[in-house]
Amino acid sequence: MDPPRQCPSPSSSRPISPRTPSCEMLGYVGIEAVLDQMKIKAMKMGFEFNIMVVGQSGLGKSTMVNTLFKSKMWKTTPPGLALGPIPQTLQLHSVTHVIEEKGVKLKLTVTDTPGFGDQINNDKCWDPILGYINGQYEQYLQEEILITRQRHIPDTRVHCCVYFVAPTGHSLRPLDIEFLQRLCRTVNVVPVIARADSLTVEEREDFRRRIQHNLRTHSIDVYPQECFDEDINDKILNCKIRDRIPFAVVGADREHLVNGKYVLGRKTKWGIVEVENMKHCEFPLLRDLLIRSHLQDLKDITHNVHYENYRVCRLNESHMLPRGPGWVNLDPAPANSPANSPANSPAIPGPSKVCRWAQDTPSEEY
Amino acid sequence: MMGKGTQMVRTPGVPGLHFPASLGQLSISASYIARPLICCTQLPAQLEEVGRDSRYSSSYGAMDKEYVGFAALPNQLHRKSIKKGFDFTLMVAGESGLGKSTLINSLFLTNLYEDRQLPEASARLTQTLTIERRGVEIEEGGIKVKLTLVDTPGFGDSVDCSDCWLPVVRFIEEQFEQYLRDESGLNRKNIQDSRVHCCLYFISPFGRGLRPLDVAFLRAVHEKVNIIPVIGKADALMPRETQALKQKIRDQLKEEEINIYQFPDCDSDEDEDFKRQDAEMKESIPFAVVGSCEVVRDIDSRPVRGRCYSWGTVEVENPHHCDFLNLRRMLVQTHLQDLKEVTHDLLYEGYRARCLQSLARPGARDRASRSKLSRRSTTEIPLPMLPMLPLAETEKLIREKDEELRRMQEMLEKMQAQVQQSQAPGEQSDAL
Repeated sequence: MDPPRQCPSPSSSRPISPRTPSCEMLGYVGIEAVLDQMKIKAMKMGFEFNIMVVGQSGLGKSTMVNTLFKSKMWKTTPPGLALGPIPQTLQLHSVTHVIEEKGVKLKLTVTDTPGFGDQINNDKCWDPILGYINGQYEQYLQEEILITRQRHIPDTRVHCCVYFVAPTGHSLRPLDIEFLQRLCRTVNVVPVIARADSLTVEEREDFRRRIQHNLRTHSIDVYPQECFDEDINDKILNCKIRDRIPFAVVGADREHLVNGKYVLGRKTKWGIVEVENMKHCEFPLLRDLLIRSHLQDLKDITHNVHYENYRVCRLNESHMLPRGPGWVNLDPAPANSPANSPANSPAIPGPSKVCRWAQDTPSEEY
Repeated sequence: MMGKGTQMVRTPGVPGLHFPASLGQLSISASYIARPLICCTQLPAQLEEVGRDSRYSSSYGAMDKEYVGFAALPNQLHRKSIKKGFDFTLMVAGESGLGKSTLINSLFLTNLYEDRQLPEASARLTQTLTIERRGVEIEEGGIKVKLTLVDTPGFGDSVDCSDCWLPVVRFIEEQFEQYLRDESGLNRKNIQDSRVHCCLYFISPFGRGLRPLDVAFLRAVHEKVNIIPVIGKADALMPRETQALKQKIRDQLKEEEINIYQFPDCDSDEDEDFKRQDAEMKESIPFAVVGSCEVVRDIDSRPVRGRCYSWGTVEVENPHHCDFLNLRRMLVQTHLQDLKEVTHDLLYEGYRARCLQSLARPGARDRASRSKLSRRSTTEIPLPMLPMLPLAETEKLIREKDEELRRMQEMLEKMQAQVQQSQAPGEQSDAL
């Protein structure tokens, strides 16, 4: 039995929706214990997180994943000692690990994309990736429309795609732009500047500004997207993050002795680059974004926005959705959409469209 | 290279710019060899003049009476070269963002890229490869070098890079063609040598060795230009990563049979120290370089050229940090002339032989007419009609030579058979 607690003040119980009138609490009910219940349930069930890393070979993707989750998820290949020749076509392979910290279990799936952007002709090299992502959505959809569904549908949808930009110092390359334009509509994309230890602080800032300018010019909406900021607090926090995207990161899986402590870093003849030192690189920001603060948000947006978009398109096209209230005639091919659409759905509308739909529902004509 | 016995003529104020004094180095081209022989008879008078010149008196004072005196020839060459000046064409190729412009500025200590506008990302979406030439005259210690830099912006940038190296190959061949026409022309006084003497190819430090595009480009140009592979932005790599990458690149170059420029071996009479240094330099190919034109102050507040990071400072001219010094020494200080020689003797001659051979065959008519269409110059001096022997006679010559070769081969075989029979008279000898 819980020990008797102080009567909470009226202001502590906030009304959930604007329409329900606030009611004065006359005593302690105990609804805040529901948070504890959720926590216990979540810890029992564990969390799932699926992340995809995309970028040219040698940009440190596997090392970054190892550094993020502080465990040897991948066997990293040192440069020059590649395990095999560069694959002729893009292949995707996933690795699943269950990692545990303080009683919380995380089932982490990392999908790697070796061969991306390595060929002479990289046209359409994004198709296998889009196909994979939509395939995961399709799998979930099939499970969802079954008559007798599983209690907990296994979630293999990609929650976040980390895109590694080569540190040229100039601007985004054509391949980067083509890929990002197509993917930001289907999945949460977080671009990062890879191997940032080849850029000085000023060069990094210049490069970052140029990339942000490029992203704005080509209407590439990366995570955290502005249209999903729910309230003012979110907006302030996300604005700070958006100002620093893309993060300039360095990955390392070896420890070195610095000032009496062992830290992850890269040792060169002129110094040691410490991965977790904010003065050296922005890896802590990436880690905080992906794991410590926005993991659940990534999953929510994938489920509520990207997956729903996919579902609406699929059901529309297969005419399974009845034409009732809320039916929207989504144009299969808007004027400026890219010619490249995945094979099984005509066009996936961007997140902005869904937002508009949610707001316009009352005034929509049926 | 320098040996113990040879004397070195060094002009004041030129750090490391050597002019080889050993005559063995003077077999450069026909125009040089002719002169010394003609001047031989006039030497004694010249020698007195030389003896009076304070610059050379210390070295050659004792030679007046006992020697003929053509050891002064290198000095003549030297003076003529200074008057004539040097010209050198260097091509830089590689993906954008590998530090090419910074390295060139660091190598030659001049800002060649002042007016460069980096294209916006949207412009790069539709950019094709262009060839840009920049020229600069550098003077050091009284010696003028006219440096022409050939840049290839747009290389490897687009999504589809198939055949993006073809404009480069065409450019190199056009320079050869121009030189061939000039050389075969009537007025050969002022031939402008615009042939590409060296190509610095930049390899990304982030890859796992050579990428398919690198291999394709190198395969296309390795028989036409001297290639020096270079790893750009090498401060992104840790020491063992650098070694592994270099080894991987060397293995790949051997596997793909790509001929890069081979630095000539030093003479056998060099001292061990020099040989070791030379071997070390050759071992560090491809050069892992870092470029910078900014002077930073490191911990001991010594001003050095380098890049300042929050974890340390990379010094460009520190041999432990990168191979910039090696590259500069080998490219500018010791092998500038050798690169030009190899371009002229090997690569250009190869091009010329291929060109003329193809003309000698009947099927060459079509090729000649095709090449007419691609020529840029308006003064249409068609290549087949060189002021040399007419076609029929060239063909006759070639056929005669073929006949001679065949006859000699037959004689050789007969002699070999005779030798074998005489060695083992009783045995059955193998068929020839």
